[in-house]
Amino acid sequence: MAFSNEQIERYSRHIILKEVGVKGQKKLLNSSVLIIGAGGLGAPAAMYLAAAGVGTIGIADADEVDLSNLQRQIIHSTNDVGKAKVLSAKETMEAINPDVKVNTYRTFVASDNIMDLIKDYDFIIDGTDNFPAKFLINDACVMAKKPFSHAGIIRFQGQLMTYVPGEGPCYRCVFKDPPPKDAVPTCKQAGVIGAMGGVIGSLQAMEAVKYLLGAGDLLVGYLLTYDALKMEFRKIKLPKKVKSCAVCGEHPTVTELIDYEQAECDGVL
Amino acid sequence: MMKLTVSGETKEYKDGISLPELIEAEKVQTPEYVTVSVNDDLYGARDFGKVALKDGDTIEFLYFMGGGC
Ligand SMILES: [Zn+2]
Repeated sequence: MAFSNEQIERYSRHIILKEVGVKGQKKLLNSSVLIIGAGGLGAPAAMYLAAAGVGTIGIADADEVDLSNLQRQIIHSTNDVGKAKVLSAKETMEAINPDVKVNTYRTFVASDNIMDLIKDYDFIIDGTDNFPAKFLINDACVMAKKPFSHAGIIRFQGQLMTYVPGEGPCYRCVFKDPPPKDAVPTCKQAGVIGAMGGVIGSLQAMEAVKYLLGAGDLLVGYLLTYDALKMEFRKIKLPKKVKSCAVCGEHPTVTELIDYEQAECDGVL
Repeated sequence: MMKLTVSGETKEYKDGISLPELIEAEKVQTPEYVTVSVNDDLYGARDFGKVALKDGDTIEFLYFMGGGC
């Protein structure tokens, strides 16, 4: 596949980078990323991946755009209120870059659909807003041997880690089991500063692009935390392997996917 | 006194300080849902009592963050 003149111009700032080049840009165009959740994290991740020319982007979310989303979910506009988030996200991504094929899945992830959703994608981005989904995505990616980016945001804080099969710990290695419903506040209850999704969701897009290019070091074996009020990033080293992990350890007890009780942030209540 | 590096800062603590005492001193919120990393090992709340901290240890508190919306 040869680039058109328009593509050479569109991706010129990528092509000039030695870590990307023509070869890397072609790799991106032939790659696929699934974004689960078209919210505060998924919005900037989707926009940067579309702009970067990731050839196939899947986006999964069952919700509709609500006026209270627009303070941070920059992929949606005022005119999109009431529209399916996946549709609004698709329109924005296609407007940014017609090279990108967007697949929409208007659903929440659950044990009976996640394996099917992730199977054709090279990298998964967890942009969900609740622990049942975060553990489900982790377990499914461990079982299907898929790399993914975990992230969480609340108030003025964010966190991020990358899982690559066989290379480092998974989310469950660190956090074991979901906290009981309502034990840890959601961002609907506690609030979140709008730009936090921009910072952390963009870092998720960065990890996806680096993984697809095979460039640099990924956030594998580390938890990155960001405290906006202190303006402090910290990269916390994690164990290389947690033998007792219930899903990726030596004697896994989580051998089937689990639908934990939902306490989502922004869903229909 | 013993020196511990807690959340990236090296400070002095009383000799033999226990992990639950450190958690209280550092005002860790909802400690029952915090994972604690001591050097390169992770501990959940159930195991906090089993940890013996010693001079020079590095401690990190890893918090649940579920938002993304
Ligand atoms: Zn694990």
